Amino acid sequence: MNESGMVVVGAGEAGVRAALELRSLGWDGEITLIGNEGLLPYERPKLSKELLIAVEEPSPAAVVSEAQLAEERIDWVSGDAVRRIDREGHRVELASGREIPYMRLLLATGAKPRKLEIAGDGAGDLIYLRRYEDAVRLRESLRNGSRVVVIGGGFIGLEVAASAIQRGCAVTLLEAGRRLLARGVPEAIAKVVEQEHRKQGVRIVTGASLERIDKGAGEFKLRLADGTVIPCDIVIAGIGAVPETALAEKSGLDIDNGIRVNEKLQTSDPNIFAAGDCCSFPHVLFGNHRIRLEAWRNAVDQGMHAAGNMLGSEKPYGVVPWFWSDQYDLTLQVAGLTDRAVTIVERNMGEEGQIYFHLNEEGTVVAVSGIGSGGSLAKHIRIGEMLVEKQAKPAAEALADHTVRLKQLMR
Amino acid sequence: MSGEWIEVCAVDEIEEEDVIRFDHGERTFAVYRTDKGHFYASDGYCTHEKFHLSNGLVMGNVIECPKHNGRFDIPTGAAKRAPVCVDLRTYPVKVESDSVFIKID
Repeated sequence: MNESGMVVVGAGEAGVRAALELRSLGWDGEITLIGNEGLLPYERPKLSKELLIAVEEPSPAAVVSEAQLAEERIDWVSGDAVRRIDREGHRVELASGREIPYMRLLLATGAKPRKLEIAGDGAGDLIYLRRYEDAVRLRESLRNGSRVVVIGGGFIGLEVAASAIQRGCAVTLLEAGRRLLARGVPEAIAKVVEQEHRKQGVRIVTGASLERIDKGAGEFKLRLADGTVIPCDIVIAGIGAVPETALAEKSGLDIDNGIRVNEKLQTSDPNIFAAGDCCSFPHVLFGNHRIRLEAWRNAVDQGMHAAGNMLGSEKPYGVVPWFWSDQYDLTLQVAGLTDRAVTIVERNMGEEGQIYFHLNEEGTVVAVSGIGSGGSLAKHIRIGEMLVEKQAKPAAEALADHTVRLKQLMR
Repeated sequence: MSGEWIEVCAVDEIEEEDVIRFDHGERTFAVYRTDKGHFYASDGYCTHEKFHLSNGLVMGNVIECPKHNGRFDIPTGAAKRAPVCVDLRTYPVKVESDSVFIKID
């Protein structure tokens, strides 16, 4: 009979970080990490970038090795899924029939691509990108000269478009909105991104109203509301993600744009926690405004944080949201929540790029965003992130003046 | 350790609590100046992935990788925070007549 220990459902970034952190915080009992992909936990950010343009047959970028999991005495259950949570009996039941008792449970079930609902018989053959196997399949179809349509001008869509161009494809990107990156990225940055994509040869159509996708004679035909017909070989949809909540819902946990957790990442059942893309949480830095994040760093940080709280530390999670996107030689970064701001202050960094500080009504820095080549702006964005964390209210003139060291504004 | 001393730059070319990139031959390094005015040097790239630490932030004696926020202790190169788990290689540094030198093999 197993002693009941810590059970983590989902072996993505959040799940594996939680499992490792439980051990490093001194938990000596059982730790079980359950993944349904049959692969060691791997880094997802590369799927839309490095992996798609890899010349040699790629392999998943594992976060841990089997040896490390063994050394940390983490029982890794691979290629199995949790069918049911028995909350009364404190155990999970797997599809294979196995039952695992838990003292505390972490749901790190992630998110899945939002499906495009569209008329036409081609709609069932769209490519979505979430898992390693999706990336492998996509990489194989991105051949030199392939005609590719990417639906969605968000991060995934743009990163895939950049990768497809680098593989020699002819790429058209359709965005339903007025501009690219409408969610969370200032217009000035979206413009820089758009210009670069056009320069690299991507055909961008904004305000595109897609009516149907038909398939025949070995090609797709996309019809827009204005009558345009776009023939192509591959259609990729990157129109957002929805949190994977089915198990939590079935188990009667509260759902609210994801698995609803409190500031300690605890669900409506005090023995069950959630972390990463699957959960929505009140952010203590932003007046407990409830958000859900889909970002690598949040998955790492929340997974580690949840581990502490599973062991009873009861700390609120207050890490500043942060994400990046690499396209060609450009790196875009956003820290904080831009939609909490009413004004934007620009700091022109010359050849390094641009930084924007996003301030709320009181002049508090609620976000910083930037775009530049490679890692050139990373340091400054990181300090900007610390200003957000401190809820600093530096003078707008100082923020705009690139000769004023940002570190000074921290003091 | 055998090796030769290579001049990196003038002392005042590195701001306090900051880091610069230094390329020598095929190799690349990160050279640090802490808030206490001490100089250190390490390999340029993070041990987790190929991102240059000179784009990272120096906080006291710690350097944070700009991409994944892994952290290292600057004087020893010890890995301090996930996702990094492999220590960073460090190199001896000396200051002579207002110039910074590192010893590489």
